[in-house]
Amino acid sequence: MKKTLFSLLLSVFCLGALAAPDPALVRQLAADDNSDKIAAIQQLAAAAEPGTATLLQAMADDSLFVAGDRLFVFTGDGHVDALSGAPAELPEGADSVTVNNRLRGELANALAALKLFDADRAVRLAAARELQSQVGAELAGVLAKARDQESDGEIRPLLALAHAQATLQDADPAVRLAAVRTLADAASPAVKSLLLPLTDASRESDRAVRDAAVLALKSIERSLAWMDTLAGIFSGLSLGSILLLAALGLAITYGVMGIINMAHGELLMIGAYSAYAMQSLFRAYFPDHVDWYLPAAIPVAFFAAAAVGVLMERTVIRWLYGRTLETLLATWGLSLILIQAARVLFGAQNVEVANPSWMSGGVELLPNLILPWNRVIIIGFALFVLFLVWVLMNKTRLGMFVRAVTQNRAMAGCVGVPTARIDTMAFALGAGIAGLGGVALSQISNVGPDMGQGYIVDSFMVVVVGGVGQLAGAVWAALGLGIFSKLLEGWAGAVIAKIMILVAIIIFIQKRPQGIFALKGRFADQ
Amino acid sequence: MSATSSVLPLPASGRVPLTLRVFAALDRKAWIALAVFLALALVVVPVLNLALPPESVFHVSAYAITLIGKIMCYALVAVAMDLIWGYGGILSLGHGLFFALGGYAFGMYLMRQIGRDGSYGADLPDFMVFLDWKELPWFWLGSDSFGWAAFLVVALPAVVAFVFGYFAFRSRIKGVYFSIITQALTYAAMLLFFRNETGFGGNNGFTDFKRILGYPITAPETRLVLFGLTAIALAATLVFAAWLVKSKFGRVLTAIRDAESRVMFIGYNPLWYKLTIWVISAVLCGIAGALYVPQVGIINPSEMSAANSIEIAIWVAVGGRGTLIGPVIGAFTVNLAKSWFTVSFPEYWLFFLGLLFIVVTLLLPQGLVGLWKKLMARKGAPA
Repeated sequence: MKKTLFSLLLSVFCLGALAAPDPALVRQLAADDNSDKIAAIQQLAAAAEPGTATLLQAMADDSLFVAGDRLFVFTGDGHVDALSGAPAELPEGADSVTVNNRLRGELANALAALKLFDADRAVRLAAARELQSQVGAELAGVLAKARDQESDGEIRPLLALAHAQATLQDADPAVRLAAVRTLADAASPAVKSLLLPLTDASRESDRAVRDAAVLALKSIERSLAWMDTLAGIFSGLSLGSILLLAALGLAITYGVMGIINMAHGELLMIGAYSAYAMQSLFRAYFPDHVDWYLPAAIPVAFFAAAAVGVLMERTVIRWLYGRTLETLLATWGLSLILIQAARVLFGAQNVEVANPSWMSGGVELLPNLILPWNRVIIIGFALFVLFLVWVLMNKTRLGMFVRAVTQNRAMAGCVGVPTARIDTMAFALGAGIAGLGGVALSQISNVGPDMGQGYIVDSFMVVVVGGVGQLAGAVWAALGLGIFSKLLEGWAGAVIAKIMILVAIIIFIQKRPQGIFALKGRFADQ
Repeated sequence: MSATSSVLPLPASGRVPLTLRVFAALDRKAWIALAVFLALALVVVPVLNLALPPESVFHVSAYAITLIGKIMCYALVAVAMDLIWGYGGILSLGHGLFFALGGYAFGMYLMRQIGRDGSYGADLPDFMVFLDWKELPWFWLGSDSFGWAAFLVVALPAVVAFVFGYFAFRSRIKGVYFSIITQALTYAAMLLFFRNETGFGGNNGFTDFKRILGYPITAPETRLVLFGLTAIALAATLVFAAWLVKSKFGRVLTAIRDAESRVMFIGYNPLWYKLTIWVISAVLCGIAGALYVPQVGIINPSEMSAANSIEIAIWVAVGGRGTLIGPVIGAFTVNLAKSWFTVSFPEYWLFFLGLLFIVVTLLLPQGLVGLWKKLMARKGAPA
């Protein structure tokens, strides 16, 4: 603690007296004893004179040489005297200053501390972030100085936190108390483990500090739990949006038309391969605009999947209306054929679909919470598709016809709705939406012939939980299942979470066989 | 086989001794066919396999015996599936689970029979040594006893089927809902068995068996015994099923299939009928699984994949639902085709299987048996 006060005093003294690193300290960098070296590094860093950073960086890079009591820095094109900065010849027998791992750690911290005074805001911010963990007491002085100089609203709190960590072991209970109170605002597991010893009476003598530490710990745990939940909810939303894209088409074909389409997953696959095909096309013909392949893939995927859907409906499904179990088997057959066709066309291996550059990276919501752009965009895309489907089903003539056929096929036919054509169109719509889902999937998961198989159980679960016959159920079910699975995953692991969700659904179906949103009405038979 | 009995005139009261009723379940032609089948499996095939030199045209190879033995297990599963689907109208996509449960229950015994001959030379099965487990988990207790294993083969599928079926049928889940839920159940079980920590060998499952009841498992004689047992099990199942579907129980079951609400209004509770046939079907699958594992020499979680369970349905559909010989014919046709395709044209097998699903559902709702009957009827009564 004395050292801290000493370096604080020293820094104040140096600031007034000199505008270059203290020569005695610089020489001490080449001392035989490692603890002398460390003391020198810490004091130099605390003084934070111009030129110190270059010197310490050189030491970290093994470019600091010693000959007698003179030190030299290798700058890349020659040697300079470490004190005067004048070019100099390296004398015979000069040795590089040895740096072990402990010293490297000290140097890294010292360099980070020095960057706190950089003119560039980005450099200062990065340095302040780097100093958020394992801050030693020796940096307290320099951190206080940096904090007091700092005017930036983002960097200053970070520096305050770093300073509080550095003064946590201070001899003065008042300083410790202030540090603990500051740290209550931090939300990181590292700070939590720093504060934990301070709640122990055998290690912390001051009662006020202990009480403050207990309070601070509680506050940190609260914010940590809050951030965990937030992260869980976000990944749940992300999973939910994917489930929604996968299940939305199914909600139309199964929910509205009553067709069990086991080949639905393969329609997703067609969408994903459309993205792959567009990517290859753009790479071959428009290499400068590769990033645009994804928007271009959206209509292509929609129409490709819809075309396959029409083909399926016209050749097979049409003949099986009302025989759901047979439809299930026949569409399973279709799915096998589509999988094998993809293998023949594109090979059995997964193909590589790259994110466009504007989808990589992420938006940082909180220091520990980064939302990847591709996930954010997929959530937005799912909402967009949902809106489109809603408009189509509720505001257009086609949607009205589809709803009419759903409610009463015979009556709709009687008043002139071409039911057979509506079936085809509705099926094509469901297939096309699956294709859109496939484009989204291509951005976050493997694209291969078998990819659709993994989604079929999940998509059916969404539709079954949501209730047959409407879209709102599918939306709530998808989001609910997504968020629940992710929260459970954090608690029990991925496989167990999945099993728990499936078992929960099986139990749920016992209670509400018609799903969350049942169509009102009475049915003796389904 | 579904033709009315020509052996004995049945009194209307039905107060006939059970033996006679069982005997009356099949007509004379069917009994003769069954006898021929058993004679082939128990006498002719073993003689052709053991007595003839491998060069002989009539020699039955070990490969053929394993293949036919395997397909007979599948046929057993298909008959079980037909009981619940063809006669009960309930399409299960979870029969792979019961098959695997039986297989795993018996596989545990086979793993213990390896003894210290595993690659680690330890008392524990190899995969447990690999996981650094020190002792057997509690659910492996007694797995070294053949009797306990045989009990589990029957009890495990029965309990799982009973619990699941009770809740599902009680809340009147039916049709595709039931199919999808059984598929989800099987999927969940597959995920569970894929984990190493579950204690059933994870990804690799059980394999490298050495002995069964002390006899070397790969010896030709052991194989023939297993082959014969499978044939007997299949024949016994067919007789049992024929009796069952002709009994009063079977007729109520068929009535539930055709008009459940009406049966309820008459005063029957469909729950117990459905539950009984569901549990029987599951147990038969378990037995088939237990016979399958020693012959094929491996059991792993992929048996529980959705594709496997749905393939069972296509065997039944190809042969003909609601007949008992149909599933057997279907299982043999599809699986022989599969063996031939995967050797000769591996790329086209899925195309063929997919087309089979479509063609059978669209054009052959009664399967091959229905087609045969139609052809016979046309021949019998020329226009």
